[in-house]
Amino acid sequence: MKRLITIASLLLLAACGEPVARNQGVYMLIDTSGTYTQELDKAQQVINYTLARMNPGDTFAVASINTGSFSEKNIKAKVTFDDRPSVTNKQKQAFQQSIQQFVDETKPAAYTDITGGLLQAVEYLNEKEPGRKTILIFSDLKEEIKEGYNRDVPLQLDGFSLVALNVTKLRSDNMDPNEYLGRLQAWQGKVEQGGGSWRVVNDLERLEKILP
Amino acid sequence: MTQLLDSLPLWLWFLLALVALFVARKPVHQGVFALARFFHQSLRLGANAVANAEQRLQDRNREVLLAAGREAAERHVEREFDRIEATMKKELAQYPALHRKLCEQLTAIDEDYVRSAEVPPEPTNWAKAIKAVAEIPAKSDPVVGDVLETIHHSMRKAEAKALEAYRESARERHQLLKRMMPNWRSMLSTLGRVNKSVDSVIHRAKVLDGHMERYEEIVQGSDRALRMLSSSSLVQFFIASFVLAIAVGGALINFHLIARPMTEMVGGTSYIGSFKVADISALVIILVEITMGLFVMECLRITRLFPVISALSDKLRMRMMWAAFVLLFFLASVEAGLAFMREILMQEDLAVSAQLRGGEVEAATSGVYWITTAAQMGMGFILPFALTFVAIPLENFIASARTVIGLLTTFFLRILSVVLRLTGTAALRTGSLLVRLYDIVIFLPLWLENLYFNWRAGSASEATAEEA
Repeated sequence: MKRLITIASLLLLAACGEPVARNQGVYMLIDTSGTYTQELDKAQQVINYTLARMNPGDTFAVASINTGSFSEKNIKAKVTFDDRPSVTNKQKQAFQQSIQQFVDETKPAAYTDITGGLLQAVEYLNEKEPGRKTILIFSDLKEEIKEGYNRDVPLQLDGFSLVALNVTKLRSDNMDPNEYLGRLQAWQGKVEQGGGSWRVVNDLERLEKILP
Repeated sequence: MTQLLDSLPLWLWFLLALVALFVARKPVHQGVFALARFFHQSLRLGANAVANAEQRLQDRNREVLLAAGREAAERHVEREFDRIEATMKKELAQYPALHRKLCEQLTAIDEDYVRSAEVPPEPTNWAKAIKAVAEIPAKSDPVVGDVLETIHHSMRKAEAKALEAYRESARERHQLLKRMMPNWRSMLSTLGRVNKSVDSVIHRAKVLDGHMERYEEIVQGSDRALRMLSSSSLVQFFIASFVLAIAVGGALINFHLIARPMTEMVGGTSYIGSFKVADISALVIILVEITMGLFVMECLRITRLFPVISALSDKLRMRMMWAAFVLLFFLASVEAGLAFMREILMQEDLAVSAQLRGGEVEAATSGVYWITTAAQMGMGFILPFALTFVAIPLENFIASARTVIGLLTTFFLRILSVVLRLTGTAALRTGSLLVRLYDIVIFLPLWLENLYFNWRAGSASEATAEEA
């Protein structure tokens, strides 16, 4: 009887304790600058895969990277999935339609404000407080800030996993690969300095690597 | 320390050590022996305590086994008495009516028999007169001849009438006898039924005798009964374990049928500890169903896990049985609904996955769709009722597990006792061995001491001889 009471008490304590968040939040940044807009079909493929991996309670947002990305207006679609699987399925369908509209209507931007997009992603995910926070950056990682925009802001990326996807090589990278490698290294240093983890996935045939 | 070691040569240290060991020989021996005896006695005490515990456990197991056997035998005897009672109620409760019917039939047969008795025809009173007339000597007299002729005619007519009457009477008797036939047959059938009932009772009585003999053996606590019960208990344990494993498989299938759709009811993101609330809810539903099944079985007196339920009045027990059955039926219906929901969710998932892959969304209207849905719903409805029967192997498992656990514990205690005893003996022998080893190390001083004692003994004997 004593043992039973002890087990019941432990169960109650476990139930009343601080709830552990088991959901995940994914924020995807899509580069829409210049010729990279041609890669949007691949981005859609990644979005669909991510949607398929989402569970009730998860959060997913897709935002574009353009001239000034530190803005809620850049978020093209966002959703926090309902507790019920049936509602989750409907939300996924609606989300996909929003993305389709975004892909159809997007026009190339002149600048690439990746840092602004990251700041927006961090702010959004911190607000949602998911158990795991992942930022997917679908870009060639070549940042071009418009004059007058200050992006010399330290990134607070504790607990964030950043995955760079489809980091294409530019014409100049082909001439000097050090430029490409240096770009990747610079971003890795920046992210890890901010406390986050960094990975690069260029093979989109193996999307299972992007989400834990 | 190193300086101290270096201050003297090694051989001198060795010599000093030998001397020290020689001087300390007796107390070291005593100490080693004392320690060995201490371990030996402690371990022996431990072994004795374990052996006593084993004996007590064995006695307890014996009591438990006999009590379980006694209870089972009592149950069998009770069942047999119930069957006999049922036979008596069914067949022999109508015995007074049967007896009355038999009496009535016998009376009817008797009356018919009496009525069918053949009555010899009465001889006519005027036969003697006719004889006298017939013996008149003047037979040639025409008057006498006419008289005789007339008498002859009268006689012929009377004879014909008598024959007719006799035939009528015989026909009536035959009719009566014919009427007796159904009564005879009915009696035969009735007596046959009585015979069958009596045979059944005799058969039950023989079975009962067997149970009673077994019961007596158990009450006497004979070794044969104990062996039989022990063997039976082990067999029951393995059979019950096997059936319970199958039931656990059924419960797991049931769980998977309803766990996913439960997220629609309680949400898929809530957790208690590290378990999903939806999973816990599904598990609770299955456990409640099993509990209801247990109650149904208990109320039907198929199992006897809860003495309180067995002790209830028949009316209350049946009410409780129906309440448990209704709840079980309700939960089974809920499960069927959840199984249906599961199929819908799966179809939705497939549709969304297809859409996300960019394929065409196939409508779930293919011809075989209803088969899986019906199968899942059927399983969702039937499995709770199938799990009801878990009560029987569960009762057997609990009853036999006591014996099996007792036997295993007894075995381990016996092994422990033997190991402790052996270790104790080994400790004692190790003490002797250590003493011998100690003596081997200081063999030189011992040899010298021996020489000295021999020399002194020799000197002493020489001095005694000189004095003498």
